[in-house]
Amino acid sequence: MHRHILGIVLALAAPLALAQSTVKIAVLGPMAFVQGENHWAGAEMARDEINKAGGISVGGRKLMIELVRADTNEIQSVPDATNAIERVITRDKVDYLIGGFRSEAVLAMQEVAMDYKKLFLGCGAADAKLGENVEKNYDRYKYWFRVTPTKAPDLFRTLMAVLGNIAEQVRTSAKTDTPKVALVAEKAVWTEPIVKGLQATLPKMKMEVVGTWQPSAVATDVSAELAAIERSGADIVFTLLSGPVGISLGRQMGERNMKAVAFGINVEGQKDQFWQAAAGKANYVSTLDTFAEVETTPKTVPFVRAFKQRYGKAPTYNAATYDAIMILKAAIEQTGSTDADKLVPVIEKMEHIGAAGTDTWDKRHDLVWAVGKTTGIAVQWQDGKKVPFWPPQIKGMQPYKMPAR
Amino acid sequence: MLQDILVTGLVNGGVYALLAIGFSLIFGVARIVNIAHTAFYMLAAYCFYTMLTRTGAGFTVAAIVSVLAVTALSLLCYRLVIEPVREHESAVLIATIALGLIFQELMLAAYGGNYLGVPSTIEGMVRVGGVSIPNQRLLILVVAAVMLAATWFFLYRTRIGLAIRATANDLEVANLMGMNVHRLAMITVAFSVGLAAIAGVVATPVTSIHPFMWLDPLVTMLAIVVLGGLGSLKGSIIGALIIAYVEAITVFTLPEGAHLKGAVALGIMVAVLLARPEGLFGVAFEEER
Repeated sequence: MHRHILGIVLALAAPLALAQSTVKIAVLGPMAFVQGENHWAGAEMARDEINKAGGISVGGRKLMIELVRADTNEIQSVPDATNAIERVITRDKVDYLIGGFRSEAVLAMQEVAMDYKKLFLGCGAADAKLGENVEKNYDRYKYWFRVTPTKAPDLFRTLMAVLGNIAEQVRTSAKTDTPKVALVAEKAVWTEPIVKGLQATLPKMKMEVVGTWQPSAVATDVSAELAAIERSGADIVFTLLSGPVGISLGRQMGERNMKAVAFGINVEGQKDQFWQAAAGKANYVSTLDTFAEVETTPKTVPFVRAFKQRYGKAPTYNAATYDAIMILKAAIEQTGSTDADKLVPVIEKMEHIGAAGTDTWDKRHDLVWAVGKTTGIAVQWQDGKKVPFWPPQIKGMQPYKMPAR
Repeated sequence: MLQDILVTGLVNGGVYALLAIGFSLIFGVARIVNIAHTAFYMLAAYCFYTMLTRTGAGFTVAAIVSVLAVTALSLLCYRLVIEPVREHESAVLIATIALGLIFQELMLAAYGGNYLGVPSTIEGMVRVGGVSIPNQRLLILVVAAVMLAATWFFLYRTRIGLAIRATANDLEVANLMGMNVHRLAMITVAFSVGLAAIAGVVATPVTSIHPFMWLDPLVTMLAIVVLGGLGSLKGSIIGALIIAYVEAITVFTLPEGAHLKGAVALGIMVAVLLARPEGLFGVAFEEER
């Protein structure tokens, strides 16, 4: 008799227990570093906004978002990253994955996510292979989408577009038809195709490459390199730097009072702390970036202001985890399902107006490159402030400045 | 280009020498291979940063407090971690590696992985032979020279220095002659780490502060002391200049191979060791003792 009662109770309780009340999203990032901090902060912003509004609507039910913080430690260790993603999938039973930063680590995490058929929205890695995998083996890799940044070859296109603008100003300022460009690229896999592209493209853009310097990504002293660059008479120092060497370069250029302007990718230069870390010497350093108080989309300015108010600093591109969660919300509400296989075709056809840009995806699930939509922006440090200056057609952009000659 | 190489090599050699002499000293006189040496340099940098930015202390006060605090910490570490295993060189090696990693993780937990910076102690720059040199780098060069002179004076013109050299020469005889060898080892550790802390304070303005900043100088410093002859102060100075000049020549003559400057310097070290396994001044130092 007792057995029958227990059976009835279990039968009645089962649908209630199985009815999903939350959506669990793992935020993957190096949490001790600024990249992971921004992954988490962007996700928190989205979670709180959605939950405060009642959650995600699915077939008359409301699902609340629950975030799982996964420290991948990927800057120091790729195995730590794969362990972290395995843990959140198998132990924490998350539904979706967002984040990632270092390409080598994200490539490894992508494999684990695809093994478990988990939707993984990347918010940090630029390596083109992540998208190539989708094209080569769609059935396995279709659960991967890149939310930020654009893939490495598209970063090159963006860099050329901005450099064209800067070169025009240099031509006027330095009174030269052929500005001299020194390439300073850290020795890393991601810089190699860009360096080759620059060496081939710059002469066609009427610029002279005076040399290519390739310090280590973790170098903290580039005084010898800068002495050589100064000697070469370079007008532009084109940077491809993701590590602390970006701070050293900005600071030491300032200390030397160099007349050349630095532009390119300087990941450290995207952070609010850059000015302090460079001891206030990195004036005129410019870099590609993602967020500023400019109207990239109608959502950008409110997001950046709310982020600054909550965290006391501006978001870096990794905070596009905010957009990743909003994309998931839109897809779930549109399909009325949380099933990854049903969400994939919806995201493929989606045009999402987010805080970082207006996103659409190609057959590799990479962002479709478009100036002002997915390219991000370019910023320049001017007297302690990070000033956005490109693309000029976006409302809120300010003039690019040259050092006095 | 020649003047660029001459000036850049000399200035960078000063920074390297400042780190290498402390490491060499502690090995030469106490036979302790202190892998955590550059971790103390990192701690001094963090302490200096904290004093400057969070307490509002001036450069002088911040520098003095940082050097004293890190030196005191090194004595504590010596008593708790190194002294109990000092007779076993491999255990000392492992213990000091562990110390370095513990300090790294503590700083990562306390300050995060962000790169931090402090302003220059002396602003401005001078031009020598058409080469721009920031004043902070000249300060490092001066401090390195003063510290080298102080080390020489300490070892060769004071009674404690005499006792330290005697202990290094023959520990058992020095002990039988009534010298307190444990106290002398502590003094050596304090002096050596004090030099690393001074290096951290003066070199911080030309680099970035982060939890992993001790690893790069560790490799360079090991290359210098092995090249110069482990334990030889003179060798450390010459080794520092050789490594710095090799790096400068690499960068100026092979711009695309700038990342190889460390590898080229280590290659030179290996080549020297093949010809002279004790390093450039290893034997000379033994004879001096």
